[in-house]
Amino acid sequence: MDGTAVLGRIYADGETVARQGDVGDCMYVVQDGEVEIVAEHDGHETVLRSAGRNEILGEMAIFEHRPRSATIRARGTARILTLDKRNFLRRINEDPSLAFRMIETMSHRVRDLSAEVVELEERLRAAGALVR
Amino acid sequence: MIARRGESNAGASDGTSVAADDAVLVDGSRIAVLGGGPAGSFFAYFLLDMAARVDVRLELDIYEPRTFAQPGPTGCNMCGGIVSETLVQNLAADGVFLSGEVIQRGIDSYMLHTDVGSVRISTPHAEARIGAVHRGGGPRDVTEPRWESFDGHLLARALGVGANLIGSRVEEVGLVDGRPSIRVHGQEPRRYDLAVVDRRTHLALLKALEGLGIGYRRPSLTKTLIREYHVGAEAIRTSLGTSMHVFLLNIPRLEFAALIPKGDYVTMCLLGEEIDNALGDAFATSKEVRAVMPPGWEPEARSCQCIPHINVRGVEKPYADRVVFIGDSGVTRLYKDGIGAAYRTAKAAARTALFEGVSEAAFGRYFMPVCRSIRGDNRIGEVAFRLTRLAQRLRILRRAILAITIEEQVRGRRPRLSSILWDMFSGSAPYGDIFTRMVHPALLWRGLLAMPGALVGRTASTLHERSTGG
Repeated sequence: MDGTAVLGRIYADGETVARQGDVGDCMYVVQDGEVEIVAEHDGHETVLRSAGRNEILGEMAIFEHRPRSATIRARGTARILTLDKRNFLRRINEDPSLAFRMIETMSHRVRDLSAEVVELEERLRAAGALVR
Repeated sequence: MIARRGESNAGASDGTSVAADDAVLVDGSRIAVLGGGPAGSFFAYFLLDMAARVDVRLELDIYEPRTFAQPGPTGCNMCGGIVSETLVQNLAADGVFLSGEVIQRGIDSYMLHTDVGSVRISTPHAEARIGAVHRGGGPRDVTEPRWESFDGHLLARALGVGANLIGSRVEEVGLVDGRPSIRVHGQEPRRYDLAVVDRRTHLALLKALEGLGIGYRRPSLTKTLIREYHVGAEAIRTSLGTSMHVFLLNIPRLEFAALIPKGDYVTMCLLGEEIDNALGDAFATSKEVRAVMPPGWEPEARSCQCIPHINVRGVEKPYADRVVFIGDSGVTRLYKDGIGAAYRTAKAAARTALFEGVSEAAFGRYFMPVCRSIRGDNRIGEVAFRLTRLAQRLRILRRAILAITIEEQVRGRRPRLSSILWDMFSGSAPYGDIFTRMVHPALLWRGLLAMPGALVGRTASTLHERSTGG
């Protein structure tokens, strides 16, 4: 990354892009590098997943007036582009197809989460069987 | 309005599809895109992408004789090469990734230069939100291009989702039984269900389209001047940096001027009355330009120059049965963000064609509102540009603008004027929105307060130096 020939802003390794609990007014698209999505609970951090080039992040802030549910943090040097909520919603109003990819992304995440729930239930069941 | 599979009879003897509803796209429908510039490629990409989502298989040919990888005018679509903030964000949301090979420089700020000083206007979030690109293979003197042409990149994307490229020049275009027919040299005419036109520069083609009796009249054009200077990446980094430089100078006939830093080159763009070389030289040799360009730079040593026409009015009726005009051949944005207007009109045409049909009525109802919105906004833009022209002529106004902007940028006041200038220069917001902010009482009050200082010639020189890093 030479810092000039691409779009977005450079974040250093470990730098926070968006913080859990903050009210968001934008979403992000990874231009280069990798970020991790981390949920903090009772002082513990859980890495939910990582995201790489061209992935959309923080999109829940576009549709909800609620604090961010997780922290987005650079893993290594990453370049991130911000998409403003107000402008984005205005553009969706003219061109609803602009939301296709975001819905697709959210749909993939629901599918992944469903698979994870099933996997966790399997593990719990197996653990329960061991205890019995 | 989408006909399902089984309702079509693709591969009929005349080469066109026969649909249950005659004016909708169905499996096997054939579409011709005349011109592989951004509008044509956007249309092809988004149409085929959306069609795949709803399980409709289309055949789409793009007629484009140029090779965008070629340096000089033969491979270039001749414009400043700015991908606006809005378009960058739209494309990111659409999943169209613009890599460092395409983006020659990420622009994170604007430098406004006047004869009474300069000020830097930074982008929100302090990030590079505007892309400077080479439309084609680059200036005439390029020997080894180290980038990918923007137009070539978009065309490759369209081909990547299934479009076919026909690299021959269109010799004849007509309507046979109400369906578009296109012929290239040495071949039989091909018939289509829809023709999409993105070629403002192909005059013979546009004249032929005017002669079809579909109500199309070519757009009125004005000239712009574009020059490319090779100064080297390092010299650009230390002089122009990652800012686009715009100039409000009182040079006769000059309306707008900008210097855009790219990889190794600086692109100079001028708008004005009766644009010619003399106007280009008057600007290039001004002390304000010399102060921005690297030491030792010679205005005469340019790599490339063109005086292309740009569409300023838009056509009245950019559609007919089975024909639609997008980008510069239809309705575009006044002076700014032509690529963004190409994206908007191309996508609107693609959505209409796929989901609403290809009849005149469908385009009038679903495509035309986007064109009307751009055209209506251009009318407000004309007023906004008149005010800019006034500022070019009145030094007191230039001083006041500079003083207010410096206050906002350095002292962190609410960026009322800065955001207006940013959006005017970058083409990031509708002109109507910009104009509403221009006449906001709080800004007018700020202007009134700045007037006494402007009258006595005070432009907050200390602040100016701080804001420009001097």
